[in-house]
Amino acid sequence: MNKLYIFLKYFFIVVWTVFVVAPFLWALTTSFKDFQSVNGGVTYIPWVDFEPNLEGWKVLIKSPAKGGVDIIEPYFNSMFVTCTASLISIILGTLSAYALSRYTFKAGFVKNNDITFFFISQRIMPPIVLSIPFFLFLSSINLLDSLTGLIVVYIVLLMPIAVWIMVDFFNKVPREIDETALIDGCNPYQAFLKVVLPNSIPGLIVAGMFCIIFGWIDFFFAFILTFTEVQLLPVKIVALNSSVTPWWSLSASALVSVAPLIIVAFIVERYLSKGNLSGAIK
Amino acid sequence: MDLVANNLSYKPDEQYHLNEVSFNFKEGNLYTILGRTLSGKTTLLKTIAGLLTPDSGEIKFEGKNFLKVPVWERNVAMVYQQFINYPHLNVFENIAFPLKQRKIDQEVINEKVMDALKSVGLLGYEKRKIQELSGGQQQRVSLARSLVKNAKILLLDEPLVNLDYKLREQLREEFKNLFSKGLADETILIYSTTDPRETMELNGEVIVLDEGKVLQVGPAKEIFENPNSLKVAEISNDPPMNIIEAKILDNHIRFEGIDVEAPQHLSKLTEDGLKIGLRSSDIELGENGHEFEVELAEISGSETLLHLKRGDTKIIVSIEEVLNFKIHDKVKINFKIDRAYAFHADGKLASSPFGDLNG
Repeated sequence: MNKLYIFLKYFFIVVWTVFVVAPFLWALTTSFKDFQSVNGGVTYIPWVDFEPNLEGWKVLIKSPAKGGVDIIEPYFNSMFVTCTASLISIILGTLSAYALSRYTFKAGFVKNNDITFFFISQRIMPPIVLSIPFFLFLSSINLLDSLTGLIVVYIVLLMPIAVWIMVDFFNKVPREIDETALIDGCNPYQAFLKVVLPNSIPGLIVAGMFCIIFGWIDFFFAFILTFTEVQLLPVKIVALNSSVTPWWSLSASALVSVAPLIIVAFIVERYLSKGNLSGAIK
Repeated sequence: MDLVANNLSYKPDEQYHLNEVSFNFKEGNLYTILGRTLSGKTTLLKTIAGLLTPDSGEIKFEGKNFLKVPVWERNVAMVYQQFINYPHLNVFENIAFPLKQRKIDQEVINEKVMDALKSVGLLGYEKRKIQELSGGQQQRVSLARSLVKNAKILLLDEPLVNLDYKLREQLREEFKNLFSKGLADETILIYSTTDPRETMELNGEVIVLDEGKVLQVGPAKEIFENPNSLKVAEISNDPPMNIIEAKILDNHIRFEGIDVEAPQHLSKLTEDGLKIGLRSSDIELGENGHEFEVELAEISGSETLLHLKRGDTKIIVSIEEVLNFKIHDKVKINFKIDRAYAFHADGKLASSPFGDLNG
């Protein structure tokens, strides 16, 4: 019975690992192939099955004049927009969430829960509904096709996530901790910064991760609100596609674009497994 | 300086949490707020701390309108019934927190924190994380943090209620010692509890609170000997005082077919609807006693609590030893009737064995 259990456990772990890792392996090998290798039947092992070359990767950094797509600038654009928008969203979202968690607001029939729902409802709305308003809004303040404009739009998209996660998190931090800080001589701002925030780091990390992921992978708004001046990575990757699908460079760009997320995940995972985050609040 | 409150009322919902509460707390004294859960004890302490603003009434301290002073400038300290510490700081940093907030020299802080650690018996624990401590130790840290500030007003909100029996006894003893020698002369100590024994042991001035209203104020001994009403008699005894509906006729107390000679302090009462109050410890098992049926027998610590019934009368007897009874057993009991209280039909105290009713 016990042996069967262990067998089944490892069996499912192996199946799941294959399921998760296989696409990456496929992309990795494909990125080193050329036209012949891709279309010449199923091959996996470099130097045995096929002769690897760097063409797929070179296309990514070559300038368009030389037949490449040059994703370096869009890559840094994407990073800058995602990080800036995430940071601002976390700061504003955390402050709003703390206020919603600790203070009572009332304006007519609108109460705390309604305000929280208003934030979340921004995510429930299909993005396409927002496309025209955003377009008109950005064009009216001359921020179309600019990094600033994209950051503004991404804050609108990401802040609800931060508010949503942090309200829930602050509700779990006992109010008595804030009260004790007040009694110990902190004003409300100090109580928030010195006591509540240090105990909310797990929540901040989770909210931060979600913001970064959603910001990084957004294609829709990056596509609609930019033209020539500014381009973000997801849009550039799609532009790779032509009448003959260049699987090698698509694979390479997919790996490049997913790399930052994998790095973030590994860092957070290490931090989590140290036990620094769990059990901070009993 | 005295802490004076006038007619504090707080009614956030349907029920009063505080109902016209007034008091005059003098410096250097210990005050115990005794009341059941939800009687308004925590509300009162939070109001004094400044965490709640009452709907009406005023608090004066050091010649100032205390309600206008924000919490962080009030120089109060508070220990909660939950063990509240800062989870991200270690023991030392926790206790040093209020001092750092005042921007005191690091050397002075070190000295004071070490003193506080010593007085709560946690020397050697200063590097520990809060999560690595037991409940009792966490509460000691909490207490040390409130002692280290030399606050003028020290509030303790049922600090022992979440601890197990043994630890509670031990900490209660330590608290008593700390309070008697460790506090500055000008500190006002306010301690809330649901436990009458704790109240008697702390032996301070007692405020009995129920549904936000002050029922009686007086020294612990006075509350114990002369509870001014049925409610106070119930709240200030654990288990609650037995209340028996009885008639006094011809110098005899009669109920459920039992006939006992009335002691002198009860003999003159003849009115209808009289209620006799008798502590569970003032009833004892005896061969020639009155027969009652056992409804439930519970053993708590080293004593046995017998829930007895005869007709419609239910009483609780506490016996200072561990005895085994079965449900429906018949037992015989005697009343120490000279220690009985009598209450009027409206609940006011009519007569007490300790006599001397001041009005």
